[in-house]
Amino acid sequence: MGKILTGKPVVPGSAEGAALVSKEPLSFWGGISPQTGEVIDRRHDLSGSIVTGKIFVLPTGRGSSTSSATLMESIRTGVAPAAIINLSIDPILALGSIVADELYHQTIPIVVLPEEDFLSIRKDDYLIIKPDGKVLVNEQRDK
Amino acid sequence: MSIKLSKHDKQLLDGQHGEGARLAMRIVVRMAEVHEAAELMDVTQAHIDGCGLLSETGLEFAETLAAKGARVSVPTTLNMGPLDLQNWQKFGIDEDFAGKAIRQAKAYTDMGCIPTWTCAPYQSYLTPRFGQQIAWGESNAICYANSVLGARTNRYGDYMDICAAITGRVPRCGLHLAENRKGQLLLRLKDIDAAIMQSNEFYVTLGHLIGSLAGDKIPVIEGLDAGASGDQLKAMCAAAASSGAVALFHAIGLTPEANTFEQAFQGGRPERIIDIGLSDLRNARSELSTAKEGAHLDLVVLGCPHFSYNEFRELSDLIEAKTEKGKKLHPDVRFVVISSQTSYALLQRGDFLDRLTAFGTEITLDTCVFHTPMVAEDTKVIMTNSGKCAYYAPGELNVRVAFGSMADCVESSVNGKVCRKDPLWEKS
Repeated sequence: MGKILTGKPVVPGSAEGAALVSKEPLSFWGGISPQTGEVIDRRHDLSGSIVTGKIFVLPTGRGSSTSSATLMESIRTGVAPAAIINLSIDPILALGSIVADELYHQTIPIVVLPEEDFLSIRKDDYLIIKPDGKVLVNEQRDK
Repeated sequence: MSIKLSKHDKQLLDGQHGEGARLAMRIVVRMAEVHEAAELMDVTQAHIDGCGLLSETGLEFAETLAAKGARVSVPTTLNMGPLDLQNWQKFGIDEDFAGKAIRQAKAYTDMGCIPTWTCAPYQSYLTPRFGQQIAWGESNAICYANSVLGARTNRYGDYMDICAAITGRVPRCGLHLAENRKGQLLLRLKDIDAAIMQSNEFYVTLGHLIGSLAGDKIPVIEGLDAGASGDQLKAMCAAAASSGAVALFHAIGLTPEANTFEQAFQGGRPERIIDIGLSDLRNARSELSTAKEGAHLDLVVLGCPHFSYNEFRELSDLIEAKTEKGKKLHPDVRFVVISSQTSYALLQRGDFLDRLTAFGTEITLDTCVFHTPMVAEDTKVIMTNSGKCAYYAPGELNVRVAFGSMADCVESSVNGKVCRKDPLWEKS
């Protein structure tokens, strides 16, 4: 049974993929390898997971202001998540996606969802993100 | 675009000041949309974090801006870069890496940035003044500028910092505005021993704990010693901005926007009150270590953020106390201190540099162990007195880390293994 959530498109775009979900914030610098897409923060609950191609659902970034560079580099190397869903706007992550767009015309969408909707997403839910910020959860494709 | 732009903003966006400035302004305006800001505002100083990491994208972005003729329009300092520009050969750095790092450094200085190359710019040159509107990158420096100096900056990520420096403009929002700087959480220190409160380790541990409690909220700390030193607050900011997204804290009776409780909360009430006792600090302290007591030690890293002259002196005194007893650096241990050219210039004028180098201390400038490949691949255990270094080392350097005081680091480096004997923290 699918549902449609309405979010705010922080960086608008289309993407789809399986959800990778954490309740914990993550600093992308020191947290994700831009070479492999692995979560390398050994204190994080997703340590060892691969973000590549996933819809990365996490409350917000944190810590280092180098995180935008890490996201941008991972977009260039092709190991970035397909999209990011946050609970609150993280300007540092948004920036990484925007600069990648300006420099390479490559971007990943970032959407912010209200808390109840954010918390309703489960690991491996299949998500489709629309440019207007709508998030389709486990909807049949091409419907 | 619904953002109100000035005539000058529009000229920048139209490319009348060159293609580089146009690219920078496009990014500033898109970030204003992200923030839902109504307009832009001036900043009068910038600090660039984006020069730190060497990546293909980072190099390409900097060289693109520089080649398109972009120049900074406000005084702009540089964070540590990916290379010790004068001594890199001593550290066995790959020449291809060094060549790219030098190109990246050149792109930033070509744009008119000041080659400070430090993550502690507030201890170096062009320290911002109270109330000054600035655009700073580097999480520890952002936290220090807002909290300790009372200057105003949002958390600017790579590469918004250079775009703000070029345009002199940022979205009018967030911590630039007084009403968004009021305290949200009250953290009360309860029954902490005075001797602990005076130790440097306390500030790191408290910072680490505050970051995990506050997330991106503005914490107000009650009970901090008004005599806290700049180095102690530097260490606290670095830790709080690593375990959390803390860009501003207030400490009642210590930081400039918090002379009183009322001022810290701007007449309002805290959303939450959390008491912090010794057991909380002890837990935070042990969280910072992933290496066990007695582990074979490979490397000591001090200077995250960059060592000040006073920290060098403190280290020198600790080393002297060992060498007087005939003790030496253990042959299996490297002892690295990271600092800025500015602090090093003072160190050369002091009288204890020889003592540090005789002990075997390797001083590297302009960079840090996370951004330059100077940590040997077979390094398994490192020790540091920095909460930030302890936080990021396991992931970034693939090592186990032991956190301890500077004295513990010196003691361990002599013994070749992790040993912390700090009776202060053992009391219940």
